[in-house]
Amino acid sequence: MNMKLLQKIGLGVFLIGLGLFCTLILLGNYKLNSKEFKSILDAKGIHSELFINSINTNLVDKEFTEPFSFSSTIITAVEESNKIHKKNREWKKIIWEKPHSLSFEIAKIAAKGAVKENKSLFWLLTFGLGILGSLLYILPNVIVLGPPGIKNNGIYFNSSTNRGFLGWFVFLFLVAFYVLLYFFPDYIVNWTFIVDPISQSISGNLASQWFLYGFLYCVVMIVMAIRMYIKYRNNKYQILRTTSVLFFQVVFAFLIPEILVRFDKPWYDFKNAFPLDYDFFFSWNLNSLISSGGFGLFILVWGIVLTLVIVPIMVYFFGKRWYCSWVCGCGGLAETLGDPFRHLSNKSIGAWKLERWMVHSVLLFSIVMTGLTLYSYFSGTQNVIGIKTQTIQNIYGFLIGSVFAGVIGTGFYPIFGNRVWCRFGCPLAAYLGLIQRFKSRYRITTNGGQCISCGNCSTYCEMGIDVRAYAQKGQNIVRSSCVGCGVCSAVCPRGVLKLENGPLENRIFSPEFPLGNTIK
Amino acid sequence: MDAPPIIVVGNGISGVTFARHFRKNSTKPLLIISKETPYFFSRTALMYVYMGHLRWEDTQPYERNFWKKNKLDLLQGTVTHINPKEKKITLSDESILSYDSLVIATGSLPNKFGWPGENLTGVQGFYSKQDLDSLEDFSATTNEAVIVGGGLIGVELAEMLHSRGKKVTFLVRENSFWNNVLPKGESELINQHLLKHGIDLRLSTNLSEIIEDKTGRVKAIRTDSGEIISCQFVGLTAGVKPNIDFLKNTDIATNRGILVNKYLETNQTSIYAIGDCSEQQEPQVGRRPIEAVWYTGRMMGETLAQTLTGNKKAYRPGHWFNSAKFFDIEYQTYGLVAAQTENFEKHFHWKHPIENVAITIAYDQNTKQFLGINTFGIRMRHELFDQMLYEKKSIFYVIEQLANCNFDPEFFESFEEEILQKFNKEFNTEIKLKKKSWKVIFKNIMP
Repeated sequence: MNMKLLQKIGLGVFLIGLGLFCTLILLGNYKLNSKEFKSILDAKGIHSELFINSINTNLVDKEFTEPFSFSSTIITAVEESNKIHKKNREWKKIIWEKPHSLSFEIAKIAAKGAVKENKSLFWLLTFGLGILGSLLYILPNVIVLGPPGIKNNGIYFNSSTNRGFLGWFVFLFLVAFYVLLYFFPDYIVNWTFIVDPISQSISGNLASQWFLYGFLYCVVMIVMAIRMYIKYRNNKYQILRTTSVLFFQVVFAFLIPEILVRFDKPWYDFKNAFPLDYDFFFSWNLNSLISSGGFGLFILVWGIVLTLVIVPIMVYFFGKRWYCSWVCGCGGLAETLGDPFRHLSNKSIGAWKLERWMVHSVLLFSIVMTGLTLYSYFSGTQNVIGIKTQTIQNIYGFLIGSVFAGVIGTGFYPIFGNRVWCRFGCPLAAYLGLIQRFKSRYRITTNGGQCISCGNCSTYCEMGIDVRAYAQKGQNIVRSSCVGCGVCSAVCPRGVLKLENGPLENRIFSPEFPLGNTIK
Repeated sequence: MDAPPIIVVGNGISGVTFARHFRKNSTKPLLIISKETPYFFSRTALMYVYMGHLRWEDTQPYERNFWKKNKLDLLQGTVTHINPKEKKITLSDESILSYDSLVIATGSLPNKFGWPGENLTGVQGFYSKQDLDSLEDFSATTNEAVIVGGGLIGVELAEMLHSRGKKVTFLVRENSFWNNVLPKGESELINQHLLKHGIDLRLSTNLSEIIEDKTGRVKAIRTDSGEIISCQFVGLTAGVKPNIDFLKNTDIATNRGILVNKYLETNQTSIYAIGDCSEQQEPQVGRRPIEAVWYTGRMMGETLAQTLTGNKKAYRPGHWFNSAKFFDIEYQTYGLVAAQTENFEKHFHWKHPIENVAITIAYDQNTKQFLGINTFGIRMRHELFDQMLYEKKSIFYVIEQLANCNFDPEFFESFEEEILQKFNKEFNTEIKLKKKSWKVIFKNIMP
């Protein structure tokens, strides 16, 4: 069998699946009857007669053939009624829910048509074909790529991995996906239908856009982890690390929280540590935890202990890699879906400087925000020194939580590499980094004088560390940003680099000359 | 008028290492002249540019403003003549520069042995940036390539061309790959690995003639057995020689390379030579007069920088070490392992039954002193071996320390037990492995 042909077929199948997935948005129609509307009003506790009239006039019993005008009708109704209620100071009538979230919930009920009626069929035609196509493309690499070893041939000749037109295309696609997911969930309600059966079987609920995202996240990671297993099959560190991030994503970030929901417990990802989990101390979360009895309190204590005790102790012994490239979900996607783009990180001294300013600013921002939040929570005031806590939370949620972590963090993989968020934005990475830099047994040891300055290590460092700059001087690499992915060591042609945990003494040293010269 | 600068001819690892270390201890003006490229790059990385692993700019270890910041002036030009009496050099554009001291670090050139057709289009060595560019030019019109000369550059060129889908025939004069350096078992391991990658390896085969097509481009070669092998590209990789032709009409003494004493001084005052182009008149015991490897070039640069900043030092390389990669097999060596065991030197050899993993340890059969090690597919710690060589440890000690010596990434399968078993059987000993100890491993790390 011609393996390259098989790969081409796989690519074709994948693109058909992806194309159908995109087309789903436009299928079916939306029609809300007055009974359904009534039930939504009751469930949401909406009392605004302006909103109710507007929807009754413009939406109820009318057929919409695409989600955009359906959505805009609702958004207009919410915004206009809120405007008047605000003017009249009718606080109880204001609809506080995000307009597109409300619109999503209405659309979920109002949507009709093929997708909603044939969920499993459309799952197969989109996810199914996508997975099948990807595997047909990936699996033949066992033969196509040749014997086990480093498989970086042609990376800079391929337009998808050298910021060529395919890279820009993937970039646009990913950004569009994240913008829809975070800001226009009501446009993608059809996508959620195809995962409804899976959601119902786990949590018992219909799928939200976040369930869709969680499921897609796991599928993408599993498929791309298979690619990692093939690409790095000569390297056990990579294989174990990939298995670990995959396990924590699928079990801890996806299955356990959904199962908790089934048992009426709060949705919680046990490995997602504050301040990456930035809304852990938000009042709605604290209230929800406290009101869920002993289990909620356990989560509360666990969340605090994780950040204040477990994280620093583990970083002391193993470096931040135990979290960033063995456990973390953001890291997990970066190390699987993002692996083909790892070399695109910027290695300049300027980028390093920018990184330190940005990532530590975000850490500071998250701590200040949490401080204000807790102060508000315990004092019961909305404002702290004239600043509205809610406003700060909203700014953080939008800028850091959505735009930075999502749109930029993943959307920019094909342009700035796969760790943009982890390097420039993640407050937890900044916290772990400080410990790693100043109090940790972890380092990348440079093997005496063996470095030939070839630059493979620096090029394939996803965090943009100029590894070569240290190795060629015979210095160990001790950098706060290093996530310990181990790829510098893997791609080194001369066996110069080793990630290891050893004594703190002389972890950082600077020989006058690399080993080999005996002049004194 | 400004004082004349230290002039370094050549911006390879030797010249640039010299310049960096010179600048650490002196503020005197320094000018680096290079014919090849405006900025220093890592020659060893050229192959990865052709294979698409790296971009050209990734081969340059220092950012552009590094040179300005450190007041290291750069000039791209060709030195055509040196006048030691007036302390002046002439460039190809006929400009004349005065120097305070002159450091020649012009590196090597690929060997050509007068083969018929060796100057045809599509025939070249692989050493310089220009070689990379012309290889790239020929690449689009090359389906079949022949490589002549079984050394490290030859095997790299084979890997490069193979990575771009060319059919590669590899002519090796010896009856096994690089067996003038590697012991038999290891050389055989590489032979097999090349074949597995689909390289058409021709052992004990010499090049007789390179055959030209109508346009002056190579279309085939003829081997010494008379076989004609069609090809559109021929890589000549039968070693390198010092790049010193431009010194022909000067008073600087040369043999194969520029002759230098242990202080790296030539026979002319204020003129020094370092790196591949230099030839030691009195090399250290066990060392060759010309050692064209990255590491020695670097060490000579480091050493001369001391001398020229008022701290005169002799060139004293420590124990020999080297490394290479043959397709997927990494190779490291510490100390000296002869290709053939003779006199007092004996070898202990271990090879994994299936994997491409092997080691050879050389020792003195009388004293059992450890002499050197070759490793294939296992990474080992430079510091520890360097230390054991200085301390003249026995082979028994080395075997005991194997776990500490291992430098493979975490979780890699280790083979120390298998190696130990074979060793104990052959030597009739009952050595046990010492447990991994950070104390031993990091004993020698500089504070």
